[in-house]
Amino acid sequence: MSTVETATEIRTFQVEIAGAQIDDVRRRIATTRWPSKELVDDRSQGVQLATMKALTDYWESDYDFGRVAARLNALPQFMTEIDGVDIHFIHVRSQHENALPLIMTHGWPGSVIELLETVGPLTDPTAHGGQAEDAFHLVLPSLPGYGFSGEPTELGWNVGRVAQAWAELMNRLGYTRYVAQGGDVGAAVTDTMGRQAPEGLLGIHTNLLVTVLAGPPPAESEEERAAAGQLAAFRETGFGYFLEMATRPQTIGYGLLDSPVALAGWMLDHDTDSYYKIAGAFVDGRPTGNLTRDNILDNITLYWLTGTGASAARSYWEDALARAQIVASGKAPPAVSVPVGFTTFPGEIWRTPRSWAEKSYPTLSYFNEVDRGGHFAAWEEPELFTTEVRAAFESLR
Amino acid sequence: MSTVATATDIRPFQIEVDEEQIDDLRRRIATTRWPANELVEDASQGVQLALLQELARYWAEDYDFGRLEARLNAVPQFMTEIDGLDIHFIHVRSEQANALPVIITHGWPGSVIEMLDVIEPLTDPTAYGGDSTDAFDVVIPSIPGYGFSSEPTEVGWDNGRVGQAWAELMRRLGYTRYVAQGGDQGAGVTDGMGRQAPDGLIGVHFNFLGAAPRELLMAALNIRLAWSSDDREQLSKFIGVAKRGYIAEMGEHPQTIGYPLLDSPIGLAAWMLDHDADSYEKISRAFLEGQPSGGLTRDNILDNITLYWVTGTGASTSRLYWEYGRSATAAFKNPPPHVSLPVAYTVFPNELFQAPRHWVKHAYHNLIYYNEAEKGGHFAAWEEPEIFTKELRAAFRPLREGRTS
Repeated sequence: MSTVETATEIRTFQVEIAGAQIDDVRRRIATTRWPSKELVDDRSQGVQLATMKALTDYWESDYDFGRVAARLNALPQFMTEIDGVDIHFIHVRSQHENALPLIMTHGWPGSVIELLETVGPLTDPTAHGGQAEDAFHLVLPSLPGYGFSGEPTELGWNVGRVAQAWAELMNRLGYTRYVAQGGDVGAAVTDTMGRQAPEGLLGIHTNLLVTVLAGPPPAESEEERAAAGQLAAFRETGFGYFLEMATRPQTIGYGLLDSPVALAGWMLDHDTDSYYKIAGAFVDGRPTGNLTRDNILDNITLYWLTGTGASAARSYWEDALARAQIVASGKAPPAVSVPVGFTTFPGEIWRTPRSWAEKSYPTLSYFNEVDRGGHFAAWEEPELFTTEVRAAFESLR
Repeated sequence: MSTVATATDIRPFQIEVDEEQIDDLRRRIATTRWPANELVEDASQGVQLALLQELARYWAEDYDFGRLEARLNAVPQFMTEIDGLDIHFIHVRSEQANALPVIITHGWPGSVIEMLDVIEPLTDPTAYGGDSTDAFDVVIPSIPGYGFSSEPTEVGWDNGRVGQAWAELMRRLGYTRYVAQGGDQGAGVTDGMGRQAPDGLIGVHFNFLGAAPRELLMAALNIRLAWSSDDREQLSKFIGVAKRGYIAEMGEHPQTIGYPLLDSPIGLAAWMLDHDADSYEKISRAFLEGQPSGGLTRDNILDNITLYWVTGTGASTSRLYWEYGRSATAAFKNPPPHVSLPVAYTVFPNELFQAPRHWVKHAYHNLIYYNEAEKGGHFAAWEEPEIFTKELRAAFRPLREGRTS
């Protein structure tokens, strides 16, 4: 049992990767047993063999396995135990005195790797086309079960519990006025923080409208019908990974822990837009924005080295259970009372119309649709993403 | 290009598993990188670590890898090319002159291994508590993409096309009057055959309701039918089947799940064991408590998983679900013809859902036989070969020559 003193301790942290682990993953990649080629010329049967072979060729022969440790260790990283789980986080304080503290949460199949390129622009705006008053103090935690955070060893770590842990983390860092941001699972955590409204939380910004997963949104205007169509297509043809992780995280976990190629295939099979961008980076050498081969492999390598395929998948199981409990209770969760900012990135799974964001968040204070970027907005377009985060929180400073 | 003569050739076939493949498999099992234990005490997060670790231990240390060759090569196996693909099948003729030919189709995650223990009771009834008039000539093919049949290299090999290939196979074997049987995906294939009603097919038997979804849903939802609590219970079980992660994943992205199924034996074993709660519990008891249920023994289970591994068919078997999704969508819009042939149905009490008689009757108007077996689950032929055999005898008895139905 830790004492209160040690339990709230914040320790510095550095990533260390054993050479034997790298040798092992290289050996596994080299001895991959491949399926035959899919029978179609597109993504409609899943991640294409040519994409996987280009990825593994690069991974095994050209990729520098030292990148993950080098990139993460270039930033101040910490560990602290919250609610029984070690939480890994990056914490970069801006040089600017009046910087606004911001906690940003990654999603699945992401990690803090997705957010690394936004650290400079957000914390040091004057070096990245912004003003001193745009500065943020930045906190980038790894979700429990993801990356270098500990794996929960008991049930109950749904987004609600993560949101509470994040409020405690900000409290522990001494931030009394802060904002929160997230996409994907991170959007669900951030949305939940908005509903819990912990002391000090001034506002939130998300780039995935998670509220529509709870029930069908209106489909009246042309824009709404188009977005509803995208949502329906996702449920009909791109939902397998979601349902499997939400119901059988342990089953899929075996393949994700044991086979690097299985892990890479599962992680690439997220959404149509990002799939083709990533496939383009590997097969044609044409990355979109920062979705480069090295960046993609940093993230996959992080999942491999930390062996978190099953524990990350369990977060879907927890959230499915939590959603079912909310439905069974017949009580809607409390509305978000703090100001909400939302940005629609055009390549996102569904292109959220302003009307949906307004309906989801009565306190919507900022909405914008940008001209490029997809599901991994911060990763793909860090500068544009930064501009949005600055604009969304401008009125809260 | 093969000539017509060679294309319709039926060649005897024996399987050969190379030693190197087995060494590689053993090495992979030994170097498995395991996830942490699930956070629950049951299978609600999927296949449990303790079960899979015991399976891995038994597989690598105690399992006899020679079993697969020995068991399959002990029965007459053949290959023949149909519609561009090599079809592997077992064909055993009965000694009885008036035996009724039956083509039996396995499902997923099954193979011809599921059916091995029904061969003798069906072909040699007098040695297994039956009458000589109960004899069958048995044909047990491997679905394209499964086991030793070749993998389709183009889209379109859905249940209907497999059904057509089976009719051609029976024709090629010289059978002019035969019946067909199937559960799981095999029920889909057999349903397709029933709708196509090829020359010679005189009746079908199912142990799973694989009827076109529209008909099945209509049958389940038809308000003219008595709406009992049993109907409601079965409907909710039926809907639960459709919400399974493995079906969604294989139906949507068979290639993606194919990577772990080909590259990780433990990934493959887990995926195959995660089928239905009943068979999972039975298989779990076989490994952890040494108490198999009927034919679901450790060795039999591993014969089937080893077959999938050595043939490397995790992706190609999954593609059948993708094909099924496409053909089911098409069938929903344009319902295929009804089955007018005689249909027989056996409900096994631990099947995913227990289709009430009126559902089956609604899907198949010419229902000549319906029975609830005393025990057995989804893998009925595998788990309870004797009961399964008795059901087939009873179901098809009215269709034998010289009898009136």
